[in-house]
Amino acid sequence: MRHAGNRLGRYGLSLAVALLIWQAIVSLSAVPPFILPGPLRVGSALWSNASLLWQNALWSAGNLALGLAIGLFLGVETALLLAMSRRARWLLRPVLVAAQSVPIFALAPVLTLWLGYGMPSKVVTIALVTYFPIASALFDQLMALPRGLRDLAQLSGAQRLRETFLLRLPYALPGLMSGLRLAVVYGPLAVLIGEWVGSSRGLGHLMLLANGRGQTDLMFASLIVLALLSLGLWKGVDTLARWVGGGG
Amino acid sequence: MTAPALHISGRLEGPAGPLIAQFDATFAAGQWNVLLGPSGVGKTSLLRLIADLPCAARLTGEITATDGAALAPRVAMMAQDDQLLPWADALANVVIGARLRGARPDLQRGRALLAEVGLAAQAQRRPAQLSAGQRQRVILARTLYEDRPIVLLDEPFSALDVLTRHHMQDLAARLLAGRTVVLITHDPAEAARLAHHAWIATQAGIVPCSLPSSLPPRAAEAEETLAAQAILSRELKRCATQVPA
Ligand SMILES: Nc1ncnc2c1ncn2[C@@H]1O[C@H](COP(=O)(O)OP(=O)(O)OP(=O)(O)O)[C@@H](O)[C@H]1O
Ligand SMILES: [Mg+2]
Repeated sequence: MRHAGNRLGRYGLSLAVALLIWQAIVSLSAVPPFILPGPLRVGSALWSNASLLWQNALWSAGNLALGLAIGLFLGVETALLLAMSRRARWLLRPVLVAAQSVPIFALAPVLTLWLGYGMPSKVVTIALVTYFPIASALFDQLMALPRGLRDLAQLSGAQRLRETFLLRLPYALPGLMSGLRLAVVYGPLAVLIGEWVGSSRGLGHLMLLANGRGQTDLMFASLIVLALLSLGLWKGVDTLARWVGGGG
Repeated sequence: MTAPALHISGRLEGPAGPLIAQFDATFAAGQWNVLLGPSGVGKTSLLRLIADLPCAARLTGEITATDGAALAPRVAMMAQDDQLLPWADALANVVIGARLRGARPDLQRGRALLAEVGLAAQAQRRPAQLSAGQRQRVILARTLYEDRPIVLLDEPFSALDVLTRHHMQDLAARLLAGRTVVLITHDPAEAARLAHHAWIATQAGIVPCSLPSSLPPRAAEAEETLAAQAILSRELKRCATQVPA
């Protein structure tokens, strides 16, 4: 408890120092606020646009949660299917490998063209971007069952389904967690790109809007909200991963 | 459960050439058969072939039970590799075979077996919370839970300190009595203690070795055990020097 308190205090302190330096640079160098607003100005933009930021953040966060859930679900299904069926591996593994060397983000304009400017194109972009790292990280770990445990399955006369769910999946949970870690880094990026390509709502949209109107402070405020959102998500997955790791 | 004798014969071929040129051996029913031999000669491969597990080596010949019935479903194995589920506690590790077969695990029996190997108090601990010797005892309890007439042991005690090893040897000898056991070991002392019959595998073949006439398990400090150990050591060295580079 005291340890956690110390850490929080340390983070708070380094954040305060960073803000102080930022404010000092802005105050001393007389950069115009539409180029670089100081933290005080950004803070007041956060305050005065709170409900605007909140509504757009809610929309973006909702898309992110839904997209992530879909990506997670499909990623896990795909990995399990590949681990259980040789034929599925033969057919789908090249796709999985190829997808890792293609920037999925680049599909955002196409998806917007097909699905419109609303929520579906955003959710699908996020789902796609998070799907591949989850599917491939979990699949790799599902196939990495150590020899001793593979022997155990065979000697016990286990069918592939039981082997997969009783041995491979629990063994691969850390792999799923590292996939999820990647996914929550890519997810918020997908939110931004999806909305930049074309949207009438969301934090990304708000950033573009603020930029167009020269409201640099609002742009920074949106950025901060998005960063907080990502940080919270990352922290959640990190906690989950620790818990899973500690449980194993 | 009557334990059959095992008959192995033929030649063993590795991925990079011949391993054991020609052999014909019968592992006695219901007794401890110990296989010694230089590293890399193909002992583990032979054991995996008996258990019908994937293996880099190929056998030209046959492995049969003397009663003619299929071997694989009657085999249990304790190996060098860690075979414990790191996320499950000792009890769950003992009964995992039942779960894998889709049967209801008999927790009562699992607990009783853990008690028999002296781990009654550790049933709820995960492998990481157990010592190396305790982990091997969990695997022994699992092997007993599987209750197979043929038990293959691939250097299961080699990573333990001397006292723990002696303790495990006694425990295994007592609890696996009546089964057909094939034990691979590097340790002539272990062979001298546990074997009803001993063989040395070389590139040329698999040859039987002489042992004291008394029944195993033999006391580690007994004169006849030490004498047998010395003979086995000498034989092993002789075989090792014959192996071409
Ligand atoms: N997966 C593999 N791929 C290629 N070669 C292998 C593989 N596994 C084993 N071998 C080779 O097969 C031969 C026999 O190996 P094996 O494990 O049966 O030896 P061993 O007698 O059990 O040795 P040790 O006493 O060191 O355990 C060795 O020469 C080894 O290099
Ligand atoms: Mg070996």
